[in-house]
Amino acid sequence: MKLNLLSSGQSAKVVKINSKDKKFKIRMTDMGFVPGCAVYVKRVAPLGDPMQVSLHGYELSIGKFEASKIEVVI
Amino acid sequence: MALILEKISNLKNKGKKHSNSKTYVLKNLEKEGIKKNNFKVALVGNPNSGKSTLFNQLTGSHQHVGNWPGVTVEKKEGNLVHKGAQIAIADLPGVYSLSPCSFEEIITRNYLLEDEVDVIINIVDATNIERNLYLTTQLLELQKPLVVALNMYDLLKGKNMKLDFLELEKLLGVPVVPISANRGTNLEKLLDAVVNNKNVTTRARIYDKKTTEALKIIEKSLIDFGITDTSVPWLAIKLFEDDELILHKLNLSKKVVDQINEQKNKIELSENTERQTLIAIQRYRYLNMLCKSIVIKGENKSTKFTEFLDSILLNRFLAFPLFFFILALIFYITFGPIGTFFKDAINSFICDGVGNASYVFLNKFGASAWSKSLIRDGIIQGVGSVVSFLPQIILLFTLLSLLEDSGYMARAAFIMDKPLKLLGLSGKAFVPLLMGFGCSVPAALGTRILEKDKDKKRTIFMIPFMSCSAKMPIYAMFISVFFGQHKVLAIFLIYLTGIMVSIFTAFMLKGSTKKNEQPVFLMELPGYKLPTAKNLFFHVFEKVKDFLEKAATVLIAASIIIWFLQSFDFGLDMVTDSSESILATFGRLIAPVFSFCGFGDWRASVSLICGVIAKESVISTMAILYSSNDGTSLQNLIMVHFTKSSACSFMVFALLYTPCIAALSSIKRELANRKIFYLYIIYQLVLAWGISALVFNFSKAIFKA
Repeated sequence: MKLNLLSSGQSAKVVKINSKDKKFKIRMTDMGFVPGCAVYVKRVAPLGDPMQVSLHGYELSIGKFEASKIEVVI
Repeated sequence: MALILEKISNLKNKGKKHSNSKTYVLKNLEKEGIKKNNFKVALVGNPNSGKSTLFNQLTGSHQHVGNWPGVTVEKKEGNLVHKGAQIAIADLPGVYSLSPCSFEEIITRNYLLEDEVDVIINIVDATNIERNLYLTTQLLELQKPLVVALNMYDLLKGKNMKLDFLELEKLLGVPVVPISANRGTNLEKLLDAVVNNKNVTTRARIYDKKTTEALKIIEKSLIDFGITDTSVPWLAIKLFEDDELILHKLNLSKKVVDQINEQKNKIELSENTERQTLIAIQRYRYLNMLCKSIVIKGENKSTKFTEFLDSILLNRFLAFPLFFFILALIFYITFGPIGTFFKDAINSFICDGVGNASYVFLNKFGASAWSKSLIRDGIIQGVGSVVSFLPQIILLFTLLSLLEDSGYMARAAFIMDKPLKLLGLSGKAFVPLLMGFGCSVPAALGTRILEKDKDKKRTIFMIPFMSCSAKMPIYAMFISVFFGQHKVLAIFLIYLTGIMVSIFTAFMLKGSTKKNEQPVFLMELPGYKLPTAKNLFFHVFEKVKDFLEKAATVLIAASIIIWFLQSFDFGLDMVTDSSESILATFGRLIAPVFSFCGFGDWRASVSLICGVIAKESVISTMAILYSSNDGTSLQNLIMVHFTKSSACSFMVFALLYTPCIAALSSIKRELANRKIFYLYIIYQLVLAWGISALVFNFSKAIFKA
């Protein structure tokens, strides 16, 4: 499942990042999206994009497009 | 405060005197084994972890701070003296990592690697420790003396959290000092730790056995190759991660590269991981365990406060109404009755009070008519009519900094992301755009928070159309003369025009980007904070100082030059009619261009040109050029020389044409492309002229004047 498809209030665990863009991948792992990491979707912005997630004890807003590259399991 | 003053005076006395002989003396001291008393310190930490607040506290300077990630985008330097040791501190832009992904990350890591930094102070936000320590794990690998400043330690209590910093110190193997940069607590201890720094000797066990072994072998090949730098462990990791910048820089022999590749291939990877992310995974795994052993969490009250506010401010139905309400409130307070009241009070004091007093004073000493006209009609009228905007500028900047300090900026970017995406921009672009209403200079600099160069360029193109505070006097003058009954509406329309043109510009440029080049949107949402009075004061104080300095120097000088040029002809004889002056001759060359816009008067053209020096000088120049010896006020003179429709077109031109020199140079630097910069200037001029001409002809039909 992809992170962008979760609705607010759902938790999941990161499996991997699906992207061929190396920089993007490093960026995402640096921000904490590493396999096994727990992610909680706090809310989706009023217009449906981006979403607010919490991971490693901090709050991050992430665009739906970026979130669609993150594979998770519930 | 006394402490800061002492520091400053110390700095002034000792600061530069030794700088030349410094390195020499230092080297000798080191040879003799005497303790070093001269340090170069770098402040490194995540965005919004309080680096600039700490920097300001330590050096007594007033760098801009705010509660959104990315306030500091340039390296800043300062000095201080602690127990006889000279410390030079550099405040670096906030980074999440030392990967070479963003501009800031590359600046920071190059600085740490190349400059002779003696000690690194790593600021860690204690309330967000896991995320913050990720950078620490990388800094440890540089093997340079490192001190961890555990910032916001005082806030843990409110969050019902406890942190065992002694255990953290043991686990990391470097000094950890809990501080509060905001309140200035424990900074002496932090500086003690800096002065007593030691090289990092212990190494936290972050990586698993296989990775550690592979890294050790890579390190050995590097040392055999002749790299003796202390950062070898870090270089080994970067090479392991295929960091091309490092590989390129080290210029390794083929043999070493082969050895490294052999080690890289040895590590078996599970299907979900790749080498580049393997290191990051292990770091986070390590931090997860570390945090479990040092953090004790209770029920969190202050997160509840942030969550409560977010549930309202980011609510699906309330978010946008509240957003527009907040912006409208800022606008109304600045331009509505409150701002106008203060403005009128100051204006009547300067123009009538000071102006007439100086007239009486000059009369007493029998000053000549021309000198009286220069002082009263030129300088006092001109500069005074600009200075009277100070209260409104103070109000605007206070309100904008309240937004910055509270943490709402990041929320505004969050809800504005989708609308801005329609323009091909990221929500983060909202922050510099809003700052543009204050001043374009910091706004252009602020575009560095955008990740992609294209987003950055497009946002820079939009900023000058967000009418900056220096243009306020122009609108206010014309509106009070021609549209007095609809003041707030008229000024609102002006701002709206600017916003529309800005959006139009972004739309035009959107066509040049491909569909798959979506802007990246990743932004930390900081917790809400109560803005501190001290911070707010410095924020606004800096602006006021800047404004008054400009009024006292540039505006007065420009006023005198303008007065001179309009009082003499080419033979340097004083003219009775300024239309025969030097300035008029030049002005008439340009003026015809503006006749299409309804203000083909040479005086209007000259005023606009002076506006390129500083926008405030448009009005101060007009005050001189239109002045007559009978003491008629500028308002009345404008009523004579302009019509309703030419007033509209003049305001629109002033809104849209090229910004002042300071803003231009800041834009030029950020664009980093001369051709694009000059094309942009041409675009602005043509657009301003075209829209102004359109406005003139339309409004002529409407107002019939």
